[in-house]
Amino acid sequence: MDQNVVLTMRGITMTFPGVKALDHVDFTLRSGEIHALMGENGAGKSTLIKCLTGINAFEAGEIHVAGIQGPVVNHSTLDAQKKGISTVYQEVNLCPNLSVAENLFIGREPKTRLGTIDWKEMNRRSQKIMTDLDMNIDVTQNLEEYSLALQQMIAIARAVDMDCKVLILDEPTSSLDDNEVAKLFRLMKQLKEKGVGIVFVTHFLEQVYAVCDRITVLRNGQLVGEYPIAELPRVKLVAAMMGKDFDDLAAIKSEEAPAFSDEDLLIDAQGMSHKGTIKPFNLQIHKGEVVGLTGLLGSGRSELARVIYGADRNQTGTLKVKGQEVKINAPIDAMNLGMGLLPDDRKAEGIIGDLSVRENIILALQAKRGMFRLLPMKEQVEIADKYIEMLQIKTASRETLIRQLSGGNQQKVILGRWLATDPDFLILDEPTRGIDIGTKTEIQKLVLKLAGEGKSLIFISSEIEEMLRTCSKMAVLRDGVKVGEITEELSQETVMKAIAGGGSDE
Amino acid sequence: MKTRKINSNTMLLLITIALFFVMYIAGCAIYASKGFAHLQTFLNILINNAGLLCVACGMTCVMLTGGIDISVGALIAMDCMLLAVGMERWGMNSMVLCVLVLAVGVVFGLVQGFCVGYLEIQPFIVTMAGMFFARGMTAVICTDQVSISANEFFVKLANMKIEIPFGAYTNSKGVLQVPFIRITVVIALVVLIAVFLMLRFTKFGRSLYAVGGNEQSATMMGLDVKKTKLKAYVLSSFLCSIGGICFCLNTMSGSVRQALGLEMDAIASAVIGGTLLTGGVGNVIGSFFGVLINGTISTLVKTHGKLLSSWSNIAVAALLCFFIVLQSIFAKLKDNKK
Repeated sequence: MDQNVVLTMRGITMTFPGVKALDHVDFTLRSGEIHALMGENGAGKSTLIKCLTGINAFEAGEIHVAGIQGPVVNHSTLDAQKKGISTVYQEVNLCPNLSVAENLFIGREPKTRLGTIDWKEMNRRSQKIMTDLDMNIDVTQNLEEYSLALQQMIAIARAVDMDCKVLILDEPTSSLDDNEVAKLFRLMKQLKEKGVGIVFVTHFLEQVYAVCDRITVLRNGQLVGEYPIAELPRVKLVAAMMGKDFDDLAAIKSEEAPAFSDEDLLIDAQGMSHKGTIKPFNLQIHKGEVVGLTGLLGSGRSELARVIYGADRNQTGTLKVKGQEVKINAPIDAMNLGMGLLPDDRKAEGIIGDLSVRENIILALQAKRGMFRLLPMKEQVEIADKYIEMLQIKTASRETLIRQLSGGNQQKVILGRWLATDPDFLILDEPTRGIDIGTKTEIQKLVLKLAGEGKSLIFISSEIEEMLRTCSKMAVLRDGVKVGEITEELSQETVMKAIAGGGSDE
Repeated sequence: MKTRKINSNTMLLLITIALFFVMYIAGCAIYASKGFAHLQTFLNILINNAGLLCVACGMTCVMLTGGIDISVGALIAMDCMLLAVGMERWGMNSMVLCVLVLAVGVVFGLVQGFCVGYLEIQPFIVTMAGMFFARGMTAVICTDQVSISANEFFVKLANMKIEIPFGAYTNSKGVLQVPFIRITVVIALVVLIAVFLMLRFTKFGRSLYAVGGNEQSATMMGLDVKKTKLKAYVLSSFLCSIGGICFCLNTMSGSVRQALGLEMDAIASAVIGGTLLTGGVGNVIGSFFGVLINGTISTLVKTHGKLLSSWSNIAVAALLCFFIVLQSIFAKLKDNKK
């Protein structure tokens, strides 16, 4: 083992039922470096961390920690902590109802001679830890009195004080604002000086380039590579994460973009935002227009759509529908304005597995009418049959339980559900994820057909080709900010460059 | 920076304490002619509620973890029946019986705690089963109402007066009345202080708060959540058995219908005392005042003389509402601050 290396993972392999979550992944961490672990959602970042910290058991591979003979297998977080590997997660894993000092020391409190907790000593030592890290706070106050950023830093302070050699920060910045992120980075750099090896898991590209020394990229459970930060410009990083070799990308020219006039303006969002998920954005959607939202997973694509739809509260700015300013407090308001949202997680938010295909289809329409104005059965059957035919849903009968259908057909049922409400504006969040090519094409065709009928759509997908085929305008998001719109020269290259941002690296 | 802010939880406790004093002083003013102002009235509240206080201490510990223990009333009935039948019918030594009762409490708590902690069953369900079991066992031991009179030592213990060196007065008949407490009050106060110190100064005590504050975090910070929960239920049942002995010393009898609904009084006392049902917040000092408020209300109703005793239930209900609303207002304020 290299002198500087504090942690090596070799050939880590692990399977979840049916999926190879990690396939011979290597990872090396040196002391005094900040090492970004990058990859899209589902790439295996979290799983790798969990294998390291003992939450998941891995099947093959070895972990070595500096100063410990032989391979290391952790069985619990506590186990990992004892070996000098501490983790700070996205959600602060501290107790809000205890004081800052207790949170730093619980489980290892200083004791008096009688064996009782020595509060004085504990508070004194805590105050010192905080002062050393330039945090001037009263440690006797309850944790909940402090901001999320401070709590996050207290969690880090706890980890560091436990004499860790390896500090894992798993998406620590996702709920922090810019100011707070800056504070966190200062702390990270301080720790780096002290020789701690930091693993930084994040999907904010800006942040990676702001603090990291090295990047390891994972994709689909496999190692793509380890790169010093200087050798991996943004566009290449995005390409590595998405699995597209930049040179291979053939530009697909889109059709001549149809011109839209202001009279056709359907949705006009000005400065809408939701704290912590999406910064203020403007977005205009015309009648018959398909707008694509693109960006890496977690860049705020779904979040933007959720704010328009009222699933997340709009905290600033205004929304105009057909020129009228409207206030959407909840999805039902959006539905009444003729909007529909097809959520990306259809298992959790979309289908109701124990209801039949018919019941799932009429659900939104029924909700719109209100609970007490039940749709007559005859009408229900008509509607269900209409969409089963129109969308070619493959089901044994309209009374089959939806959970017995394949993923693609479930997706069609939900699509049918929204079409049944006859919306003017439909948001499709990853409508084609996890379904076969044939159905994908059908859904893409349907999107174009709906647009042709004068409906407006937001189309969100991770597959750029698919969006190029369907969208006439793309809005690009990065780190919760809408960074631009592309209307002309829609091509894979321009889109990917826009996603990566900081265009000067090439 | 050094000025200690009063946080909302301390605020709730202060409100409870203030409420008790307001209520008590009002009682003294209104019912002065009926002797409410004498020290003995207060001591009687303690005597009558000594058992409840022990139970409330245990209940607070369980509620701190975010759990609940509704088996306590039935367990007290079983304890009392065991003591009464043991002494009267089986002729057992009272001290041996007390130890036996405590042992039964521990075993009872172990089973419940295992189910909640390790099998991760809802505490409400587990302790409800415990409640049915204990109430049923009480009837199995004996269906009669059994009074304790034969065991001299126990009777003497129950009748023992511990006199207080101040607050004596001469009543209208010219007899000197020396205020006194019973042994049960001593037991209950010792329990109260012990649990208070335990919660403040031991790792187990702080773990109870941590588990109630955020279970996942507690696990992540390396605490043994399962064991902590197990211990909490053992403690609750054990303290409940101590309460059962106090209860028995007070009533000197065992019956199937004894301590019916006592678990609710204990929960009410804890909630009035500022313990959150969601766990993580609370203190036995609060619960102590909760018990006192409970006792004061029923004493006030009794002193009035013409009111139906059920009015004390209604008063407790109103107070509970008041405190729950207060708690949620404080929680809202805290959220808004962020």
